[in-house]
Parts: sequence; C-alpha cells; structure tokens
Amino acid sequence: MPQPLHSVLEYIRSSQPWNSIFRHGIPRDRRTRVMAIMSNVFLHLHPVAVRKSGIRLSFTWCMGGLTFFLFLAETISGVLLMFYYRPVPEYAYSDIIGLRAHVTLGLLREIHRWGAHAMIIAIWLHMMRVFLTGSYKPPREFNWGVGVILLVITMLLSFTGYLLPWDQLAIWAITVGSNMGKATPFLGMGGPFSDVLQLPGGVPLVTTRSDAAYLLLAGTSVGENALMRFYVLHCIALPLAAATLIAVHFWRVRKDGGISGPL
Amino acid sequence: MLASLLSLASDAGPSPISHPAIDAFKNFVNAVSVPEISLPLFTIGFVLMMVGYRWWTKPSVATLLLLLFCLFYFGSMLIDPNYRLIIKKPDNVPITMMLLSVGLCLWVAFRQAALNDQRIEKGLPLPDADKDDKVLVWPDLVYTELICLVLATALLVLWSVLLRAPLESPANPAGPPNPSKAPWYFLGLQEMLVYFDPWMAGVILPGLIITGLIATPYIDTNPKGNGYYTVKQRPFALSVWLFGFLILWVVLIVFGTFLRGPNWNFFGPYEYWDPYLQVPLTNINLSDYFWVFALGKPLPASPILREIVGIIFVSAWVLVLPPVLAHTVMRRLYQSMGAVRFYVMAFHLVIMALLPLKMVLRWVFTLKYFVYLPEFNLNL
Ligand code: HEM
Repeated sequence: MPQPLHSVLEYIRSSQPWNSIFRHGIPRDRRTRVMAIMSNVFLHLHPVAVRKSGIRLSFTWCMGGLTFFLFLAETISGVLLMFYYRPVPEYAYSDIIGLRAHVTLGLLREIHRWGAHAMIIAIWLHMMRVFLTGSYKPPREFNWGVGVILLVITMLLSFTGYLLPWDQLAIWAITVGSNMGKATPFLGMGGPFSDVLQLPGGVPLVTTRSDAAYLLLAGTSVGENALMRFYVLHCIALPLAAATLIAVHFWRVRKDGGISGPL
Repeated sequence: MLASLLSLASDAGPSPISHPAIDAFKNFVNAVSVPEISLPLFTIGFVLMMVGYRWWTKPSVATLLLLLFCLFYFGSMLIDPNYRLIIKKPDNVPITMMLLSVGLCLWVAFRQAALNDQRIEKGLPLPDADKDDKVLVWPDLVYTELICLVLATALLVLWSVLLRAPLESPANPAGPPNPSKAPWYFLGLQEMLVYFDPWMAGVILPGLIITGLIATPYIDTNPKGNGYYTVKQRPFALSVWLFGFLILWVVLIVFGTFLRGPNWNFFGPYEYWDPYLQVPLTNINLSDYFWVFALGKPLPASPILREIVGIIFVSAWVLVLPPVLAHTVMRRLYQSMGAVRFYVMAFHLVIMALLPLKMVLRWVFTLKYFVYLPEFNLNL
C-alpha cells in the first residue's frame, strides 16, 4: 500500500469514532477474528467457529443464505415500491405503469418480481438439500417444522403479491387460487358438507358471504376489498411473520448444534 | 441458458428450421408427451435415477446428460415457434431456472452420496467426519457469504435488466383469459384438478403436503444419514420424498405451465394452442361401471347405495390398507416405528398414492370419480 494512504488508514483506525464502533483491531489473528464475530450484532448470528463440512458449498449450496438474501432484497425493493403504489383498483394498474415510465432506475418492479420467483426456487432447493442430507433428523426436527411454515409463508407472500399489479394475469390467477378456497370442506360454499354447519333453527352458517373464500377476498369475487386485503397481508402481516420465524430459524440452527455434519 | 438469452435479444427470433426428419421428431415428441405416456416414462426415469446413481453421477455422464437436456430444451426453440413462445414467456423463465437448478443440485447431492456410500461400504470414515475440525467464521464463512451476496445481487440485477416484468392489460372482471392459470409454483395443484375436485386438489392435498412435511422428522426414525449425503442408508425415505417432489410436483408444474392450453386441454410441446379444439368428455363414474355396465341395472335412487362400491373402495384404501401393510410388506418398518408413527406415515402415503392411482385408472378405464356425490359436493 502506498505510504500516504497507509498513514491515512492508520489515522482513521486509531481515531476515537472508529474505535467506538469496532472494539477490536483488524481481524488478523485468532483473537480479533473471534471478536469480529462476537461484537457485531449481525455477524453474531454465526458461531465463532464452524465445522469444515458446514461451510462447504457442495454441502449447503448456500441455499438457506440465498433464501435469506432474497428475503432482504424483497424487503428493500418492496419498501421502495410502496412509495409509488396505491392499492385501489383506480390507481393500482396505472401506478405500475408509472413505475416503469417515470421512476429513475425503473428496475424496482423487475427486481422485486424476479427476486420473488428466485426466492421460491431457492427455498425449494434449500429444503431439498436439508432433506437429502438428513439434516431434519434429531436434534433438528423442530427447526425443520419452522422451515415448513416459512415455506408456506413464502409461497403466500408470492401469491398475495401476484394480485397487486391488478392486470388480467393478476386477478385471474388469484381467482383460480381463491376458487380452491371455496371448496374447503365444511367451510366453503362449493365444498363437501357446506350445509352441515348450522345455527339453531336451521340457519346456515356457511353462505357465499361468510365462507372461506369470502374471508380471503372480503367479497364474493376478486375486487377492491380483496386488493386491500392482499396488500396488507403482502406488505405487513406476512413479512412480519416471516421475519419473526427466520429469527427463530437461525437461532435454532445454532442451538441445535450448528449446521449438521457426519457424526 | 445462452440460447434463450440470445433469442431473447431478438423478439421474433430466427425462423424455425424445418425438415422432414425434424417434423417426424416433433410428431414423435408430441405423441409421447401426453400424460398417460410421459408420466410413466418419467417414473421409469426416476427409478433409474435412484438405482443407477453411481453411474449417472460420474462427471462425464452427468455432463453428457446436461448437454442432451439443453440440446433438447433450448434447441427445440429453433425448430418450433409454438415451443419458443412458451419458453420465452417472461413468467415461464423462472421455470427454466428451476429445472436447471434442481437438476444441478440433484447431481451435486447424488454425486456426493455415491462417493460417501462407497466409503461407507469400504468402512472408511466420511470426509469431514472429524467433529473438532473447525474453522473460524471470520474469514472463512463471512467471505463465502460476501461472495455469494455479490454474485446473487449481480445475477438478480442482470436478470432484471434483461427481462421486463410482465404486465398484461388491466384487470377485467368480466373477461377471463383462456386458460386462466395460477402462478407457476402452484400449478402442480392446478394440474391435479384434472384428476380431483378442488376440495381435494386445492385443500386436502396441499394440507397433507404441509402436515406430511412437518411430520417427516418424527416418523423417519432411521438414525443413519444425518448430516451427509447418502442413498444407500435411507432408500425408502429418499424415494418417497423425491418421487413426491420431482414427479408429483415439478413434473406436474411443467405440464400445467408448458403443456396445458385453452380449456386446460393438453397440447404437445410443439403443438399450436388451438382455442377451438373440442375434446369429448367420456369419463365414467365407478357407480356407472358397477350398476349399469356390470349389473345391467339402473342407478339406485339412494345416493349412498348408488355410490356404495366407491365408498367401500376409498374407505378400504384409507382405513384398511395401512393395517394390512403394517402386517405384511411393511412389517419390519411397523415394528421399528411403533403404531402411531407408522399410521401417520401410512395415512399420508396412501393419500399421496391416491393421485397416481387415480391417474392410471383415468388413463386405462376413463374413470371419472370413485365416489360421485353431488348431493354433498363430495366427489372423489
Ligand atoms: C425463509 C426461508 C428460509 C430461510 C431464510 C432459511 C435459512 C437457513 C439458513 C441460512 C440455514 C443455515 C444452513 C444452510 O444455509 O443450509 C438454514 C438451515 C436449516 N433450514 Fe432453513 N431457511 C428457510 C426455510 C427452510 C425450510 C423451508 C426448511 C425445511 C422445510 C428449512 C429447514 C432447515 C433446517 C432443518 C436447517 C438446519 C440444517 C443443518 O443443520 O444442516 N429451512 N436455514
């Protein structure tokens, strides 16, 4: 390194602000490397040392990490999209057009959409690797279960997001999906035994305005209420649930003894 | 990949090559791609994959397989405009990525399983078996993560630059497109609608996929194969799970997105999606088979009596088959697992098997429903 640059760096590293942020030297020896992980709130998701097998790319394919990365990318691009998008039928579609036409670096929607597809692929592959390495076996049974719920949430995130552009693709794809809700046994109007649940006096409990599909759509078809409902689920409820469970998931990876390896 | 990128650059793409030999090939592929032929073929391929994993995972063989696949998958874009339309549809691009990455990951997994199984047979320790062989997270893991992060960001941005997010005409509640399709990752379920009513395909089966997945660690009591790739030490678990994922999920997604056209009719990969194609509905209920064809009587008026054969069959399939299995072919499994674990497993297994069973009966006997009870919206 050229001498002047070196001395500038030295100056910065010995300054009070720097040392207040990084309470250890450059991670060059064992002690400072351990400190680097332990004293950083983000990095300390990791243990200080891991088994060699655990960090081999051929073992984990980095797929859990990629899923997490895509979750973060979706969160950031999603927040940016929220600045421009209004979840009402009058504006939704034209806001999407506007995103493309008027927003500087108009890649937001592309990144968000392809990132969502990529996240689905990554989470399937992550699950496949966990299965094929038998990493769901004791003591990691519970964390596998947490993962399954994360899988469901991830698919629901993608599904609810699919409606928001409010184009033909969106409403009819969601119609296909919510029609399945109509078929829920006992709780959906079109499902088996929809007339079994009754109030005293033979008043039917499950009607087109009170069945499972109505709960999802807040209406009998995909309309403005459904758009608002999906928007809130997509931008608030499901991301919060996912973030919470991801925290549990990571915590348990460590508590269950780190990434699995041959005994 | 490259071919798809290249032809994405030009919107019209090259005009398709035609030649009598190519036409013959196209007709052949169209003919064998109907589900009743291709699904059994995929299943045979799956069995070969599970049995011959030491052979096909050799780098030379695997590379050859990959090349052949790409030649077929991307090369077909050059010989057929219909196929090109399907593959180039922006929302279908993730499916191509999914197929390639699932294939690659399967290879990585089975390759290591082959090597590990060899070592196990020879009584050698597995690589990385030493628990205390640790490395520091900084720098080894943190740097790997950083590189993955940079690469993933670059790929995502590149993908977004190359491919516009699709946007169709504004929502029109009165004008459904034909076909109306769910997002691709749910299309396995939509494809199951061919064989089951929505309450099964859209509610019961996905529900059981979730409960089955959550139950997996508790019903798989095999202590081996924890933390390393192996096929030999857990053939049953792997076969069931991978059959479900690869055949009943991934292949059905490909059918649903690539091969189902207007009115959910089936089209070969090189066929034009003719919106006016009429396919006669000739499927027959089990009750018709029993009362009308076998006994020569009219259908009884009482719905339960009318459907009695189907009801008995389905109840037996779900309630009697598991205990029979427990005391015959799966006896050893039953004894090692215990009753609760076994029945949870067997229940999920027989319901999962209901799907291939129904498919085969549909293809061979044009069976519509085992049980047809529109009185209760209960058709199975
Ligand atoms: C939002 C979704 C998810 C995220 C962000 C995530 C992230 C991660 C990460 C970073 C790891 C560390 C090892 C690795 O990268 O493979 C991990 C491990 C694990 N994941 Fe996930 N995961 C998700 C979903 C799932 C799903 C769907 C499953 C299974 C159904 C699952 C089951 C597990 C298990 C059992 C481990 C421990 C594996 C071991 O110790 O070898 N996760 N996860």
